[in-house]
Amino acid sequence: MAQYASILFSMILVNNFVLVKFLGICPFLGVSKKFDSAVGMGAAVTLVMALAIAVTWPIQQLLNAWGLGYLQTISFILVIATLVQLLEMVLKRYVPSLHASLGVYLPLITTNCAVLGVATLTVDEGYTYPEAIVAGLGAGLGFLLAMVLFSGVRRRLEEAEPPEVFRGMPITLISAAITAMSFMGFSGVVDHLFGA
Amino acid sequence: MAQNTHGTATSPSLSSTFNKGLLEENPALRQMLGLCPTLAVTTAVTNGLGMGLATTFVLVCSEVVVSLLRKYIPSSVRTPAFITIIASFVTLVMMLTKAYLPSLDEALGIYLPLIVVNCVVLGRAEMFASKNGPLLAAADGAGMGIGFTCSLVMMSAIREVLGNGTLLGVRVLPSFIEPMVIMVMPAGGFAVLGILLAASVWIEEHPRHRHKVLRKSSSPSASLCAACPIQCGVGDPTNDACAKDEFVEMLEAAYAAARKEAEERDQ
Repeated sequence: MAQYASILFSMILVNNFVLVKFLGICPFLGVSKKFDSAVGMGAAVTLVMALAIAVTWPIQQLLNAWGLGYLQTISFILVIATLVQLLEMVLKRYVPSLHASLGVYLPLITTNCAVLGVATLTVDEGYTYPEAIVAGLGAGLGFLLAMVLFSGVRRRLEEAEPPEVFRGMPITLISAAITAMSFMGFSGVVDHLFGA
Repeated sequence: MAQNTHGTATSPSLSSTFNKGLLEENPALRQMLGLCPTLAVTTAVTNGLGMGLATTFVLVCSEVVVSLLRKYIPSSVRTPAFITIIASFVTLVMMLTKAYLPSLDEALGIYLPLIVVNCVVLGRAEMFASKNGPLLAAADGAGMGIGFTCSLVMMSAIREVLGNGTLLGVRVLPSFIEPMVIMVMPAGGFAVLGILLAASVWIEEHPRHRHKVLRKSSSPSASLCAACPIQCGVGDPTNDACAKDEFVEMLEAAYAAARKEAEERDQ
């Protein structure tokens, strides 16, 4: 159990996908203006990440078995794109309430580098199947956490009056730097807690 | 607002197509595209340069191939087709790097395969290569790629000198100046990019620095966002209204309309 907890929390806090690994910066900066859209986007990414890992991990084993490891990138991106499309259709048909709240964000996720990133990363790390899924879940939750925290920061920014040239994106990036700095405080914490 | 700088009516010249990627429509600093590698790999100049050149190679090759195939790819499946073309070239780059530059391969890690989802590449395929001939597409790819490489090298030079006291691995800061380690940490990446963006806005706005090339188009990304298939561009750094919220609202409205229609059909 300890190893799963260690993977989960190190993905959420220490190796936070957005603030430490710089994956999924586009939605992080683009959709974090409002709390509701930040939560929706974060939840959608978490769902897609866990599902994507569940599918890409067995595919990687197949590719390895057939000596086709170099097809990893192509097959992953196509599988993820198809998966997102399928997920949207399934949600629309069977869980319309969830589709109404998450569906909006699904088209944005297809080519989100965080999803392909987590799929590639779990292969590189050599995780087992359950470990990989936990890692995907952790990466998604970390993304959600960063989005939610940052939407709060941005709300305050709207009322701030930075110098003229810093208006808009520059000051947003500076605040992202400070948020990232706060996450640096977590390095080592997880190792101490779970002894991994 | 949504002026099309490389208009459809008259075909633009090779040199102007090449030049616009360097400054006017610089992918990282003016269009805010491809920010993940811009932030992630720019801890040392060699990494930034390697990433920039790899992206340039993928951009040029995929734009030429997309342009050659533009009449044969049905528009309904063009995004998957483009992604497949791009992914093939990314795989090629990965193999070449692994074989000839193993240390760079190690340094870039997962960011090398992630060129596939770099919005600059897919954005250019969709915006430019699918509408223009192969020669123009190559010029566009080279311009955008070199512009992207320049911003990566600039970012990484600043971060390497301040954070490590070296440039291209050679010590440049005297040893009594303690390097600011924060600059090569993630937080430094965000901060340096923020300051660079502010500087580019300042250069653009300042009357004394106002440059002809920069003044020509005030908002290149407004037209880009409208046509980008993935809509990941956060828009023009100087214009807040261009950010993603607008797009999400638009999508929400479209979904609401579709839901209403389905309900009516059910009844």
